[in-house]
Amino acid sequence: MSQKNRLQSGGRINRDQPMSFVYNGKNLQGFEGDTLASALLANGIDVVGRSFKYSRPRGIMAAGAEEPNAIMQLGSTEATQVPNVRATQQELFDGLVSGAVNGWPSVDTDLMSYVGKVGGKIMPPGFYYKTFMFPQNMWETYEKFIRKAAGLGRTSYETDPDLYDKVNQHCDVLVVGAGPAGLAAALTAARSGARVILADEQSEFGGSLLSSKETLDGAPADAWVSSTVDELGANKDVVLLPRSTVNGYHDHNFLTIHERCTDHIADKAPTGKARQRLHRVRAKWVVLATGAHERPLVFGNNDVPGCMVANAVSTYINRYGVVPGNELVLMTTNDGGYQAAFDWHEAGRKVIAIVDTRQSPKGACVAKAMDLGINVITGSAVIDVAGAKRVTGVSVAPISADGDMVTGSVTKLGADTVASSGGWSPVIHLAGHCGSRPVWNEEILGFLAGPTVEKRLTAGAANGEYTTAGAIAQGIEAAKTAIDALGKSAVDVVVPATEAIAQYPAMTLFHVPHVKRTALAPKQFVDYQNDVTAAGIELSCREGFESIEHVKRYTAMGFGTDQGKLGNINGMAITAKALGKTIPETGTTMFRPNYTPVTFGAIVGRDRGELFDPERFTAMHSWHVANGAKFEDVGQWKRPWYFPKAGETMQQSLDRECLATRESVGILDASTLGKIDIQGKDAREFLGRVYTNAWAKLAVGRCRYGLMCGEDGMVFDDGVTACLGDNHFIMTTTTGGAARVYEWLELYHQTEWPELEVYFNTVTDHWATMTISGPNSRKLIAELTDYDVSAENFGYMDWREMTVAGVPARVFRISFTGEMSFEINVQANFGLHVWEKLFEAGEKYNLTPYGTETMHILRAEKGFIIAGQDTDGSVHPYDLGMGWAVSQQKPFSFIGKRGMAREDCVRENRKQLVGLKTTDPNVVLPEGAQGVFDPKAPIPMPMVGHVTSSYWSANLGHSIAMGLVKGGLDRMGEKVYYPLADGRVIEAEICSPVFLDPAGERQNV
Amino acid sequence: MFHIYCPHCCEHREEEEFHVKGQAHIARPVDPEALSDEEWGNYLYFRKNPRGLHHELWVHNAGCRKFFNVTRDTVTYEIKEVYKVGEQPSVVSPADKV
Repeated sequence: MSQKNRLQSGGRINRDQPMSFVYNGKNLQGFEGDTLASALLANGIDVVGRSFKYSRPRGIMAAGAEEPNAIMQLGSTEATQVPNVRATQQELFDGLVSGAVNGWPSVDTDLMSYVGKVGGKIMPPGFYYKTFMFPQNMWETYEKFIRKAAGLGRTSYETDPDLYDKVNQHCDVLVVGAGPAGLAAALTAARSGARVILADEQSEFGGSLLSSKETLDGAPADAWVSSTVDELGANKDVVLLPRSTVNGYHDHNFLTIHERCTDHIADKAPTGKARQRLHRVRAKWVVLATGAHERPLVFGNNDVPGCMVANAVSTYINRYGVVPGNELVLMTTNDGGYQAAFDWHEAGRKVIAIVDTRQSPKGACVAKAMDLGINVITGSAVIDVAGAKRVTGVSVAPISADGDMVTGSVTKLGADTVASSGGWSPVIHLAGHCGSRPVWNEEILGFLAGPTVEKRLTAGAANGEYTTAGAIAQGIEAAKTAIDALGKSAVDVVVPATEAIAQYPAMTLFHVPHVKRTALAPKQFVDYQNDVTAAGIELSCREGFESIEHVKRYTAMGFGTDQGKLGNINGMAITAKALGKTIPETGTTMFRPNYTPVTFGAIVGRDRGELFDPERFTAMHSWHVANGAKFEDVGQWKRPWYFPKAGETMQQSLDRECLATRESVGILDASTLGKIDIQGKDAREFLGRVYTNAWAKLAVGRCRYGLMCGEDGMVFDDGVTACLGDNHFIMTTTTGGAARVYEWLELYHQTEWPELEVYFNTVTDHWATMTISGPNSRKLIAELTDYDVSAENFGYMDWREMTVAGVPARVFRISFTGEMSFEINVQANFGLHVWEKLFEAGEKYNLTPYGTETMHILRAEKGFIIAGQDTDGSVHPYDLGMGWAVSQQKPFSFIGKRGMAREDCVRENRKQLVGLKTTDPNVVLPEGAQGVFDPKAPIPMPMVGHVTSSYWSANLGHSIAMGLVKGGLDRMGEKVYYPLADGRVIEAEICSPVFLDPAGERQNV
Repeated sequence: MFHIYCPHCCEHREEEEFHVKGQAHIARPVDPEALSDEEWGNYLYFRKNPRGLHHELWVHNAGCRKFFNVTRDTVTYEIKEVYKVGEQPSVVSPADKV
């Protein structure tokens, strides 16, 4: 297919390098240097999408990040699908496959468009809220169809085949935008010896100069651009980042840059190369030279394909050698808009008319237009557009000087393109990300960046300076300000000479009047992507929405993926007028990161798969893997969950592990328990303050269980602490609580009791810990040590230093199973050796490895709690029936003492931890089930507490459970009922949580 | 993301290395038992939520593990000063000076 809109010469494209691409299944051709948008326009593609709500055909409006309509789905394979790409920002490459994201069944024949044709009355603002909210349970059904009809693009379910990177950067000056102001700022900063990063979202540096016919120092503008870029490129302290959008401006000058490294080459990055990169930059100073977006005017049917922003027309002609039509009508409120008509004329196509909204504009531009023989219609506006899938003509009418009403008769003109310019809006999005509100400037009729505490400067069009020479001067000035503040001396850069053209004052006009009032006029679109019209905004104001933030949410203005870059200022002005307020009074909505959409790949970087989160392995991990363990994540730890044998179900494995441990001996890898080494002459005193029980008399060689509470009296961790020496203890914590407990200890030491001489260190990873448990555990350890491990020499709750399997060890006689247990701690790198020796010696005792699940069952048989499972931050020691672990005799008011004495903590009927024995011994209660005392009570039934732990006990031959029950400790023997979601009601009897060996005869031997 | 100067490490580090621990200068009562439930509740739960200057306790948990104080503007997120535990802030809001 021929490129019917392509010029024979001109532009920054390479006509010797044709490129084939696919759009909506059609094979098309473009050239190297094209964007997808310029190539589509070259091929005469008018319709590139359907609008969100009314499904109206839409064409390409703009040439950059502000494009609202040309949103594409890219990808030649399923795995490389990318939604939501603006065709104006996607460089063309050979083999590119694209399609419109919305339109069903296709953009050209769209069923939903009937809605759009019937008119706005059936879909006013708030339509979805008003229509689809009721009945509420139908919302999911509605949503499915709305989403399909809306077409938001899609991602693949396949794994992304590409690599993504993240880079941390530091610099003196980050310059955002490489147009005239940005290049000048970067050059000045670089010459002054600063470390500079220059980032620009486009493929080439130069910004507006790339599509300008201006001269600098008598030479074409791009000569100045290339000499500047060459100099910057040769400076080792300058990092140049093309194809890199600065998307977020965060606190303390932290900015994120999304670099697209290979998206201009192919769908998928070459092997070994990252597709995209996220730069995380901490900049001492930031210069925002982000340019400006031209505002289109708001007039009837201004969304028909062929309606474009004036400057975009110039860009397509000058930069890409594409004239997007044959017959142009230009409407403008200012001199700047004329350039599009001049470029169109020069390209050899017909300018039907320039419609200038000013009553009697004078000056160079108007004169030039007349000299060229162009029909200039002043004091008038294009009030309506004819055509469906392409503009076929316009209606022009004279308007009043204030732009409020049509004052004369309508003239119809034929045309296929309507360009409009309502002035410029500085791109100040980044400046607003940290919360600074933009400030209206009457002189430039636009918002400028508001005041900030960040070290941030603006220059050029972003600062309302629209001349090239002025922008360059501001860039130099901004860089000098930063350089001075950095304590360096700024080197002067000379502003190149440009031809100055005197400008005739612009007219303030945001909303072009129609002969009918707005509500009855043809649709006048403000926000194209979300189908927000001037009538819709006026209706919102009539319905009582007075704040711009509310109008935004009710109409969805600015909510699209373009964030309303084209439409927001027009919309705010229309809102202000409807409310009878000024624009500064109405204000703007907030800008938030990201400026343009960022792929999840770039945000995630390499942090996926096994690099998503660190994984912690114990010293015996390889053995567990080799022996078929199933693993459970506990914090970052991989802990064996259970060790299935061939053909076993999980329950069969658990039963076998539980029985083997109680009948002979089992072994658990307990290395993950938190271990904190505590030393100092006040260590004992400190323990007494953070634990609820007494520590003053714990002798060297002894261990004690302790409960740790918050100041509110609620249990938050527990564990055993052993006395290693008079001034030396080792504390164990829960696996998941280790870091929190360590920080807790440091907090109290550093902020409350710095006078105590005590030191803490985490030693969790220093030790490998294995617990052998069961009646044969003593026989087993005796085979591996010369130490006398008899009950007389090494009793329950003692610890001893000894040699085990030839390795120095600390062995603790503590038990979480209720069986006789030896917890063997050795230096971590000896762990596997000792573990294997235990298995060699343990074979004759049927030494059985067990994991966390069997550990949970065995401890539950004994009624031992797990902090965080049987407690939830609302349970104090007395609620747990563990008042024995609270010492009221200690002189110091330990943490939790005052809290658990509060009125609410000592009242009757608190939820208390009890055992639960189901009436049917074979039924296992689901953990989390809510209990009631009267299952026949009307719904909602009063709930009395939930099941915290519940298991099948192979040792006891029935199910066991623990749970919180209101007043439970005084309700022993009473029934509690658990109505389940499936309709069953399970009856259980409240009992002691100690189901096995209440006297502790099995462990204390 | 904040850039925080640790007064113990004596350099700026990224916020990822720190945890905020809430309002600073809340001393644990010397004799908790002497307090009414209401007074204890005030100590335990009631915190300032100022618009403007706020004194906060932070910990350099992925660095030196030391706690320290930060005076921060809750509107602009500007960090006005950092100072060690036991020291008093030099930047205070007029309302706090009374």
